[in-house]
Amino acid sequence: MDIFFQQVINGLVQGSIYALVALGYTMVYGIMGLINFAHGEVVMIGTLVAIAVTSSLIGAGVPVAVAGLGGLAAALLVCMALGWSLERVAYRPLRGSPRLTPLITAIGMSIILQNLAMIIWGRNYLTFPPLLPKINYEFAGAHFTLVQVAIVLISAAAMSGLVFLVYRTRLGMAMRATAQNPAVASLMGVNINRVIAAAFVVGSALAAVAGVMVGSYYEIAHYQMGFMLGLKAFTAAVLGGIGNLAGAMAGGVLLGLIEALGAGYIGDLSGGFLGSHYQDIFAFIVLIVVLMFKPSGLFGEKTGERA
Amino acid sequence: MIGEVLLAAQGIAKHFGGVKALQDVSLTIRRGEVYGLIGPNGAGKTTFFNCMTGLYVADGGSFQFAGARLAAHAPEQVARCGIARTFQNIRLFGNMTALENVMIGRHVRTKAGVVGAMLQTRATRDEEAAIRQRAVELLHYVRIEDRADDLAKNLSYGDQRRLEIARALATEPKLLCLDEPAAGMNATETAELRELIDGIRQDGTTILLIEHDVKLVMGLCDRVAVLDYGKLIIEDVPAVVQKDQRVIEAYLGA
Amino acid sequence: MNKWLSPKSFFGIVLITAALVALPFLLGMGGGQAWVRIVNFAILYIFLALGLNIVVGFAGLLDLGYIAFYAVGAYTWALLASPHFGIHWPVWAILPIGALVACFFGVLLGSPTLKLRGDYLAIVTLGFGEIIRIFLNNLNAPVNITNGPQGITLIDPVSIGGFSFSGTSEILGLTLSGPQKYYFLLVALAILVIIINLRLQHSRIGRAWQAIREDEIAAKAVGINTRNIKLLAFAMGASFGGIAGGIFSAMQGFVSPESFSLIESIMVLAMVVLGGMGHIPGVILGAVLLSILPEALRYGVGPIQMALFGKMLIDPESLRMLVFGLALVLVMRFKPAGIWPSPERKRELTEKSGAKA
Repeated sequence: MDIFFQQVINGLVQGSIYALVALGYTMVYGIMGLINFAHGEVVMIGTLVAIAVTSSLIGAGVPVAVAGLGGLAAALLVCMALGWSLERVAYRPLRGSPRLTPLITAIGMSIILQNLAMIIWGRNYLTFPPLLPKINYEFAGAHFTLVQVAIVLISAAAMSGLVFLVYRTRLGMAMRATAQNPAVASLMGVNINRVIAAAFVVGSALAAVAGVMVGSYYEIAHYQMGFMLGLKAFTAAVLGGIGNLAGAMAGGVLLGLIEALGAGYIGDLSGGFLGSHYQDIFAFIVLIVVLMFKPSGLFGEKTGERA
Repeated sequence: MIGEVLLAAQGIAKHFGGVKALQDVSLTIRRGEVYGLIGPNGAGKTTFFNCMTGLYVADGGSFQFAGARLAAHAPEQVARCGIARTFQNIRLFGNMTALENVMIGRHVRTKAGVVGAMLQTRATRDEEAAIRQRAVELLHYVRIEDRADDLAKNLSYGDQRRLEIARALATEPKLLCLDEPAAGMNATETAELRELIDGIRQDGTTILLIEHDVKLVMGLCDRVAVLDYGKLIIEDVPAVVQKDQRVIEAYLGA
Repeated sequence: MNKWLSPKSFFGIVLITAALVALPFLLGMGGGQAWVRIVNFAILYIFLALGLNIVVGFAGLLDLGYIAFYAVGAYTWALLASPHFGIHWPVWAILPIGALVACFFGVLLGSPTLKLRGDYLAIVTLGFGEIIRIFLNNLNAPVNITNGPQGITLIDPVSIGGFSFSGTSEILGLTLSGPQKYYFLLVALAILVIIINLRLQHSRIGRAWQAIREDEIAAKAVGINTRNIKLLAFAMGASFGGIAGGIFSAMQGFVSPESFSLIESIMVLAMVVLGGMGHIPGVILGAVLLSILPEALRYGVGPIQMALFGKMLIDPESLRMLVFGLALVLVMRFKPAGIWPSPERKRELTEKSGAKA
């Protein structure tokens, strides 16, 4: 039973990170139908920027808490600027082109960002300076740390902020209108370009937060870390029903839980045949099974065929 | 000429959420006739069409076609049985030529597979030639043979309607269903369309016609059914339908 | 159809044939075989890109896990022709088996998932690709099937009637290296594959694929069994991938899961889209360009930096990938339908931009 609780906690932590990243995918997809493959790289850039700024601030004698906040602020700024420029430079000129064109551009941007990061930060693993004191808690036989608690709380706060933005502000209303029908929204006076840019910027801000959290959770970072994380987050978004905010959050948490529990129990389930290195398979198998029964994801709207 | 029942709809019902789009609609179409289905906007005509051709699954009732029950939600089987349709908002394969569009209509009546195509066997080549020849004939039949090599999306509106009919005819239908074929046509085009439909009937294909243009329907159809708010209010010859009080009310919105 | 070639196209064919025959000797002149190998891989990528083109270009189904079928083909060959299990079956048996096994996996993946909408299908195929790779990586215990991350070594080369395609041999007074022999085998196969693809495209099935891509509902309404026809596209694409994988295995003599990562799937997709989706000459061009470009950059960026700055400023490996990514972005920016799109698609795009202006 202990292992169960332990894995639930691990899953929740990992899941909230997935959820934050998944929101970036789902917002862009919901508004313009694009899989922004470069989004995972934005997270990676966020982590690496935070490392660079925080470490140099700490090196200059700034208190750790302030340095951490400085790192987060820098990551937010860089990621938001990056998201904005991605949209402006790479995707906007491609509107109205064949469906797969922006996908290839996104892949190209992903390759560019990875290699830029490698040129700047090198091939080696970087260590993330510990921002929070290492405090351990115990509950029902399961152990967890202050960092884990912080990750779950900050994710929840960031997601609440997003929900407020989307459902309680004019910009949010414009976003929802554009997602429904861009042509009609623009006739009603919504500035589509601004809405799309906003989706990228907000999504990238969430990615920056996620980047800092990933960094402080695993305490290491690497120029290739964004790819798999992005992939998992995208899977989470699809699992929940892509284009749907609640779906992305639920999908993220669910994926985290599935992976953690899967890794914890796969050996027992398969009679020792499969080991925990099959963890990554779980996410995809669950995804395939869910989509077989619910072709639009768990919370996706049913898109009926129109004759 | 007009003989036994070709299509019998029994108690068809369909609802979308709380909206009852079709309630207990029963009608019969006999072999060789032109059957009109009319009604005000939103009366459920196209919904009926979509249920019959398998794009929607009806919530109640069944269709009997040529003595057998039609499979629900299997448009390709419905086409195989011999029901072909056109769409209200024309659905052609836009980036394929007019000729290719009609050739695709032959798909269901031909059978060359991957192996045949790879080896270019005699049978495959013969079949391909036959497909092409039949498609050319059909383009000729609907009088757009000179547009054969143009992309479908570049055809004029009237020609696109004709092409859609040719594609439907290529499947060798027993019943041809036309969903508002005259929509958006001017008087000359409508007159030409009427001639075309008359010709198809004379060549032995039964026709189900959904139409807004009451004049066209009354002049062309052997029998007419009227839908209003998802219910069938009358099914009779045009002369009777025209004088029916309920039909007049439905159209005038009394 | 005119059975006789015009003098102009006859001359063209003679020229191309001469160039294809001369190429491996020109590339091998310095004594090294590296460029012959690179060209051989370019041809393998042509197979892959054409196979994926059936799925993505003809039928319009976005497949992000295509490399899985390549992997299945490669491992089928590796297991049936290596000391790993001590099996050494002949090429005429393994190559079809590889194609069939890949085809089986194509159907296995396709049958439950093909009703999914475009982007959902994309992520499912991506997941499938990863699943296959992870299994290849881990199926060394408790029963050692794939030998895990170490991969399988000492795989038999292609040999036909006692003639082995590896090692140097003397033919008609010419000395041919292993890669050069494979080159001719690959060119012969490539011609076959291209002919098959052209025939498929202009067949009843090819038209049905295109119809589904254009308008699935209309395709159903004219009686096309869209499910089966899509499955057929998947199966055909997978078989091509399987065959390419088998030859890859034999040519390399070594396979490991590393060769079949997601980035490979993405690479093949980029070849198809960048070349000109659905247009066979364009797809071939895309495959050649994208497989040669990174290699050319590998040999190019280092010396150019040295010449310009006198020292290595930037790690050549990341610089070459940077240029590669930039090339993808720029081509899509200025040639959104690909470098060599089919005439219809080109028209479609110019019309669209014309209407906007």
